[in-house]
Amino acid sequence: MKNRIGLVVGCLLIMVWCLLPVAWIISLSFKSEAAITNGSPGFFPSDGGGAGWANYQAVWENDQFRRAILNSIGISLIATLLSVIVATLAAYAIARLEFRGKKAVLTIALAIAMFPVVSLVGPLFDMWRAVGLYDTWPGLIIPYMSFTLPLAIWTLSAFFREIPWEMEQAAQVDGATSWQAFRKVIVPLAAPGVFTAAILTFFFAWNDFVFGISLTSTENARPIPASLSFFVGSDPFNRPASLLAAGAVIATIPIIVIVLIFQRKIVAGLTSGAVKG
Amino acid sequence: MAAITMKNIVKKYGDGFPAVNDVSIDIADGEFMILVGPSGCGKSTLLRMIVGLEDITSGDMIIGDRRVNDLAPRERNLAMVFQNYALYPHLTVYENIAFPLRLAKKPDAEVDKLVREAAETLELGEHLERKPGNLSGGQRQRVAMGRAIVRQADAFLFDEPLSNLDAKLRGQMRTEIARLQKRLGITTVYVTHDQTEAMTLGDRVAVLKRGVLQQLATPRELYENPGNLFVAGFIGSPPMNFLPATVEGGQVRLPFGSVEIPADKAERAAGRGLLIAGIRPEHFEDASLAAAEGRTGSTFRAKVEVVEWLGNETYAYIPFESPDEVKAQLQQLEKDLDGEAMRTQLVVSLDGASRITEGQEAEIWVDGRRIHLFDPATGENLTVDHAHAGRIPGAEVPAS
Repeated sequence: MKNRIGLVVGCLLIMVWCLLPVAWIISLSFKSEAAITNGSPGFFPSDGGGAGWANYQAVWENDQFRRAILNSIGISLIATLLSVIVATLAAYAIARLEFRGKKAVLTIALAIAMFPVVSLVGPLFDMWRAVGLYDTWPGLIIPYMSFTLPLAIWTLSAFFREIPWEMEQAAQVDGATSWQAFRKVIVPLAAPGVFTAAILTFFFAWNDFVFGISLTSTENARPIPASLSFFVGSDPFNRPASLLAAGAVIATIPIIVIVLIFQRKIVAGLTSGAVKG
Repeated sequence: MAAITMKNIVKKYGDGFPAVNDVSIDIADGEFMILVGPSGCGKSTLLRMIVGLEDITSGDMIIGDRRVNDLAPRERNLAMVFQNYALYPHLTVYENIAFPLRLAKKPDAEVDKLVREAAETLELGEHLERKPGNLSGGQRQRVAMGRAIVRQADAFLFDEPLSNLDAKLRGQMRTEIARLQKRLGITTVYVTHDQTEAMTLGDRVAVLKRGVLQQLATPRELYENPGNLFVAGFIGSPPMNFLPATVEGGQVRLPFGSVEIPADKAERAAGRGLLIAGIRPEHFEDASLAAAEGRTGSTFRAKVEVVEWLGNETYAYIPFESPDEVKAQLQQLEKDLDGEAMRTQLVVSLDGASRITEGQEAEIWVDGRRIHLFDPATGENLTVDHAHAGRIPGAEVPAS
């Protein structure tokens, strides 16, 4: 009983610690701009300082912001999809086939994952401008993929290694080609891994700021995190904190939706019962 | 339905070690063939070469009238049951069984009919909508068999299908497999290391040791006429007793005394010096009981160390010393059989009515006609009856 109380108190402390900034952002997003400028220390808006849904409405009616949301969703989803497809094929090869340079592939992948993102921004900026990828969707999708692929490959190859090889051999004996065995047996079994990789990739792409701000110049491809930093209200000396807060809250909604969708697919122990119990 | 013919099959791995060495086996249409041997004898490798999961280094694999060496598994039309069943956990039992049919793009109505028939045969009807994860070991085993029988393959291949089941279930499934095979009349190759399965299921049994075929014969032939020491030691439980022996005239001299053997056996083994005599435990008997039944044969006296009374029979253990020459050979044999180097002792199986007790100096009767004599250097059975021993590679020409 004593332990339980300790556990509950501990959990509460951690949750307050983690969620307080989020709660504060939400609180800010419901205050009027004037109230914030004048100082509004309370969690709930003071009398007359509340803005209701006005901030959200204002943000949503802003073309720049809507365009940024579209960019972010499009770029992140495409990067995730491509990254997962490529990683699945690569991880399968690494888990199943013996080929020269297998170790090299894995080591290089890990090295890329450890490479500091910032150091690549300069060269990429130059290159993208030269080849015409600057300020385009592919210009962001490509660096996102290259930074998320290593992790996805490592995660997925661990999953593939867990799947008994007999599954595939059984499928082949049952009349499947290698591709059919892969598609109908191996991929469904690796689904939890695939979705884990997808979530990680999506997070990376969605949260990225460095590439987003350096490799774009217009609404053409600018994603939300970068766009929010360009969010300037009517008065350049007085940043619209409440609008920014509302924008930030809206920007987290797709992440929550994606996680909820994918989480259902990550069912642990899906492979149980494949082989002897 | 098809016959399977293996001609001089060799499998060498990257390091040049032959896992299967020059094995030739012909399996008739509808025959139940067992591949048996201790672990590492190449029996599973051989099976996987039949089904196409392992490349064949050299030799010919012929199924029906097609040489299948270079065909992919899916082109061979064989059905296989894996040791761990390899069911698809994301599919229901129904879809697991239907999987081969779906790949063959059969119409839904036909798939449904065939799956329900197979489920009926295997009494899986009520489990069709469940996932393999929720089934018991025996049920999973049956699903794996359902997946095999549903597609009317040319042959069934089983890779130690019962080794993951508990003893009771294993017995039931064994009979089930035998019944199914008889009913479908389909060519079957069955790999096992369990000699009970080998003896009870097989029309013929191929005994393998370190990739080499030792003997290919019916279970009875293997038991009564083992081609060499290895087969003799492998088949039978408790195993055959091996004793140092010398032949003088019509007599075999054993550590306990002399035993009379038939003249033709004595003749074949004469003048070869020290030999190994092989006598099955049940060819001994309590001398007083044997005399009462009027059985003829030699008797000897020995001190019984341990007695195990099982009701219907009694095992008596009698220790003996053997010369180093024989000991080395027997230790090697024990290693080949995956056994532990045990002491040299005689295991005799007596009738349950025997009153012999531990520590007693007992009189034991031995059936001299059933003694086999082996060459200690080559392990070859000198007294084998070639007419009733199936095929023993390397000894195909009967010694006259």
